[in-house]
Amino acid sequence: MTPTLVVENLSVHFRQRSGAISAVRQASLTVQPGECVGIVGESGSGKTQIFMAAMGLLAAGAMAKGSVRFEGQEILGSPPGELNRVRGSKITMVFQDPMTSLTPHLRIGVQLAEVLVSHSQMSWQEAERAALRILERVRVPEPQRRLRQYPHELSGGMRQRVMIGMSLLCEPSLLIADEPTTALDVTVQAQIIDLLRAMREQSRMAIALISHDLGLVAGLADRIVVMYGGRVVESGGVGEILQRPLHPYTAELLKCVPNLLRPRLDRMPSLAGQAPSPSSAETGCAFAPRCPRVGERCWAERPLLRDSPAAAHQFACHDPLPA
Amino acid sequence: MSAAYRLRSNPGAACALGIIVVLIALALVGPWLNPNDIESLDWAHVAAEPGLIGAHWFGTDRLGRDLFVRTLEGTRVSLAVGLAASAISLAVGISYGAVAGYAGGRTDQLMMRFIEVLSGLPLIFFVIFLTVVFGRSQYLLFLTIGAVGWLTMARIVRGQTLSIRQREFIEAAVASGASSARIIVKHVVPNLLGPVIVYATLTVPQIILFESFLSFLGLGVQEPHASLGTLIAEGAGEMEAAPWILLVPGSFLAILLLCLNIFGDGLRDALDVKER
Repeated sequence: MTPTLVVENLSVHFRQRSGAISAVRQASLTVQPGECVGIVGESGSGKTQIFMAAMGLLAAGAMAKGSVRFEGQEILGSPPGELNRVRGSKITMVFQDPMTSLTPHLRIGVQLAEVLVSHSQMSWQEAERAALRILERVRVPEPQRRLRQYPHELSGGMRQRVMIGMSLLCEPSLLIADEPTTALDVTVQAQIIDLLRAMREQSRMAIALISHDLGLVAGLADRIVVMYGGRVVESGGVGEILQRPLHPYTAELLKCVPNLLRPRLDRMPSLAGQAPSPSSAETGCAFAPRCPRVGERCWAERPLLRDSPAAAHQFACHDPLPA
Repeated sequence: MSAAYRLRSNPGAACALGIIVVLIALALVGPWLNPNDIESLDWAHVAAEPGLIGAHWFGTDRLGRDLFVRTLEGTRVSLAVGLAASAISLAVGISYGAVAGYAGGRTDQLMMRFIEVLSGLPLIFFVIFLTVVFGRSQYLLFLTIGAVGWLTMARIVRGQTLSIRQREFIEAAVASGASSARIIVKHVVPNLLGPVIVYATLTVPQIILFESFLSFLGLGVQEPHASLGTLIAEGAGEMEAAPWILLVPGSFLAILLLCLNIFGDGLRDALDVKER
């Protein structure tokens, strides 16, 4: 079976007056059909840029090297016309902020129907009926009325449901959810995650869930890819990563997840130091300045991604935690 | 609060709108209210003062033509030129500005430099040149004024497009596979209509004034038709002997321009709360 998405040795640079900025450095990852992969990392770790490259949405001035293949077809460097046939129908994206992702002057029904009309040559009536069905599926209350409303008349949670509904309209094979709950209340977050889980069970689509929230990813993903400084530092099955992290960064991240059942602490645990600057040249391991297990070798030599002896689990560290 | 409500609660703008509507209505039906027409010469009452004699309510000009009918006819022509030329500059300016702003980069730079070259040309000379080459027709007047009027509109539209292009719903539209043309037409242009409409209402009086100026120079509307500019030009010659020939069309022009400007300002305040 062809994997849904293959990213191979992808590097994304931005040229600026002050020099080049490397957002992604030789990252590789694979998303299989029907699989949910969680991409975890701090701000600036390059997690969003990988998928921007996969959608052909990189900002002007960005240069991507390597390869991104969707269902066997190369995405990098393909003409916009070809990209437009894929994005919105085969690959769709749910953005972080539902408050600003809908065009303010068009009714919800028109925005939903437009996607179908432009991608599958449906008539407007058919498309409106499909829009109604999709609103029912993503559990928007009173869908008939919502179709006639404008985005500002809907709450944030409802708008994010509309966005998810819009991304499901053409039955995509890959849904990219870029921090889909960051802008929402905690209670609404849980509903959105439930919704994504339900949608995933109903259709055989793959999901790439980009988040800095390990708890969120743990609840939905089959596999987790941890990114640091533009590189993949660890990847593996969800249980494997959460229970037996090998990379010290992953372990530190897990310590930072707040737990209501633990005794109350005076301070929230946090990772000391700063994330590496994407403009700095790297020698050795990017995590070395913040790593509790840092050694001589870490400063001199960059660790390569290697397989752990246990199940499908990869990590990039000279001195991994004991399994 | 809706924009319509804010506009109505602004007494100046509401009055101005009322007067504009009355003037338009007069310009459309006025000539039929009076038994005289624009061409016939009343030799018995040459340069008559305003009054009821011969139904010359606003008097007559040097050739005995009725000023009431001619002024309303002139108002109609001036309004028509103003609206048509604004429509042309609106259409050209929006498409040019939106394409330049959305394309960005080198295309944008080239398109904007072209506008700067055009705005460097002396406007009057340009229009005079065109009327001399293509002859004096009313439609050419619409075209030439419209053709030079779109430059500022294109700049405004480009500026708005640049800021709209950064908004997330545009990125979302790209991500859902919409082509650039579709994004410009459906997602960019409707969102910049607010400032564009305001600027357009302020363009109409500018263009009316410009047309009057051209007609005053004798380059605009030709006899026997009249625009406010040609009427003012005629009146200026008789200023001392028969001041009403100048004052009647002059006050029509002044009132029309004042009201259009006040209305445009009111519309800007009503549509854009931030500028208050």
